Amino acid sequence: MMKAFTRETSTVTIIPGVNCDTDQIIPGRFLKADRAEGYGQFLFHDIRRTDDQALDPSFPLNQPGGDRATILLVEDNFGCGSSREGAVYALVDHGIRALIGPSFGDIFFNNALKNGLVPVRLSAEHCERLAEHLARFPDAEVTVDLAASELILPGNLGHHPIVIDAFARECILQGLDEIEMTFTYLDKIKAFESNRMASHAWLAR
Amino acid sequence: MAHVDAPRTMLGKIWDEHEILRHPSGPSLLYIDRDMIHEGSFHAFADLKRRGLKPRRPKQIFGVADHYVPTLGRTSRDAASPAIAHMIDTFDENMEWGGVRHFGLSSRSQGIVHVVAPEQGITLPGLTIVCSDSHTSTQGALGAIAFGIGQSENAHVLATQTLWQLRPKTMRVTIDGTLGQGVTAKDVMLALIARIGAAGAGGHAIEFTGRVVRDMSIEGRLTLCNMSIEAAARFGMVAPDETTFHYVRGRKFAPNEQEWDAAVSHWRQLVSDDDAEFDREVAMDGAGIAPMVTWGTSPEDAISIEGRVPDPDSFESADKRKAAAKSLEYMELSPGTQLSGLKLDKVFIGSCTNSRIEDLRAAASILKGRKATISAIVVPGSTQVKEQAEAEGIAALFREAGFEWRDSGCSMCAAMNGDVVGPGERCASTSNRNFVGRQGPGARTHLVSPAMAAAAAISGCLTDVRRI
Ligand code: SF4
Repeated sequence: MMKAFTRETSTVTIIPGVNCDTDQIIPGRFLKADRAEGYGQFLFHDIRRTDDQALDPSFPLNQPGGDRATILLVEDNFGCGSSREGAVYALVDHGIRALIGPSFGDIFFNNALKNGLVPVRLSAEHCERLAEHLARFPDAEVTVDLAASELILPGNLGHHPIVIDAFARECILQGLDEIEMTFTYLDKIKAFESNRMASHAWLAR
Repeated sequence: MAHVDAPRTMLGKIWDEHEILRHPSGPSLLYIDRDMIHEGSFHAFADLKRRGLKPRRPKQIFGVADHYVPTLGRTSRDAASPAIAHMIDTFDENMEWGGVRHFGLSSRSQGIVHVVAPEQGITLPGLTIVCSDSHTSTQGALGAIAFGIGQSENAHVLATQTLWQLRPKTMRVTIDGTLGQGVTAKDVMLALIARIGAAGAGGHAIEFTGRVVRDMSIEGRLTLCNMSIEAAARFGMVAPDETTFHYVRGRKFAPNEQEWDAAVSHWRQLVSDDDAEFDREVAMDGAGIAPMVTWGTSPEDAISIEGRVPDPDSFESADKRKAAAKSLEYMELSPGTQLSGLKLDKVFIGSCTNSRIEDLRAAASILKGRKATISAIVVPGSTQVKEQAEAEGIAALFREAGFEWRDSGCSMCAAMNGDVVGPGERCASTSNRNFVGRQGPGARTHLVSPAMAAAAAISGCLTDVRRI
């Protein structure tokens, strides 16, 4: 269910912590939920609450304006761990459209792209500068311009290239359905398959 | 396609063999030989139904119920809640609807997907195997490209039997020497992740090699590859050899006796060429690895059982200093505390990392004639492992030592089935993730090997298994 993405401008909320795994983004016990119920309510469920289940005012999303941003600044290896696509559903259903961070878990990165959520890799040094800038100017805005492959940071932090493979970029810009697109290669798939089955009959027994 | 004469890695050879085409913009359309399905796949099935599609190649898809299954009882009525029972029932319905062969809760072939797949001969050298579970990397231990995917990708595989993938970089991890007494594949992996970091192999496929790996059983290799995802590797792989062929032969979904010789001679050609180049090389001395234990909330927070909880200030990067301080607060540990002797509440032996027969044997050998002093459970990785352990008398050893002997499933590894570690409780666990809340809200996890877990159950605290 891909929502097309071309350009997004928003304030930025910082989610602190290296190696923020998908268990933190959505705890396992919520993965049973039907997508139709919306996964936004589960986003960072346990880490945005105190032990007595109240919203923790110190968690960035709970601070004034923290909930408004559609772009998050995250730390190294964000989305590592479990392959649960629920982590991406929670972000998307909450209204998040793009993430900026030094690195992302691979499966999470792919899951994000399939759902029109754009993960932008930015060097740790620039991420740090952005965080410092946001500390002084919390209303500063960032633009993720996928059409121009450019991340536009506030102040004098400059423009930075968005590096996403051209294929995924094309799919996401057009909101293209990948399964339908792959079906256009069905003849090639079938030819390959019958060849493979000829030498690997046991594969499909 | 790569030039055929140039030296290639195993990854390169298997990749080339599965590349249907390469898109001008980069990714390969890879043929997927086998896809494994578990209860979490309901999103992918919902997607197929919405599109009016069915699995295109149902014989290459295998289903197994593991994440949500009860470990006390073998029907969905034994599940911890109606919502969990519903997950198990929905799984069976989806498998029937899709015409997918599946090992449901009552099947004798049921178990954790990454234990069952090698056991049934679904995992084989030279294949591409996916499953919507990050620990699919486990299955690369037999010399396959095996990786975890999300539900959108899973729907894509079900519909087309292919995936668009960018070829990862390669990393060779060479573990030479021999492992000391009491040191296992689990300790090797924890030592590796501690060294290169939880993001250390990001974007890479790891090939494990060296004497330690060549001498290792398939069970041990599966443990290595299982945890390669905890170093952020896309795949973990071990070259197929005689140990692999011996393991695979005669398994249900493996080539039959008429097909065997041709299959093996093909598999032999898949190993990395001597002069193949890897993008990165890491070397470790097996003799220098001690039994390991984690102190924090990332698998990279691992040290020797002889060590002490590190001071967050001792880390070089500011990020790591912050993360370590937060971990210690969650784990309720202070810097300088000796890990050996740290009091525990629970022991869990199970998960796709360490629940195979060899793991249970290792734990049971420590327990012989001894008693657990804290609550301890064993959850075999599969129903077959359970039956074998019962036949070998291992189950009796666990029971006599006061362990609970359960039915197979993921259980307390991800705490989705209702088996949880309570808030604030400290658990020595043979699973793979010590994340905040992974084993239940507020649970504190220390990752260890099965033998270390058994030693911990006896003494009620983290214990160096070599001193037992
Ligand atoms: S045992 Fe744990 S890690 Fe393995 S598949 Fe199950 S939940 Fe995932």
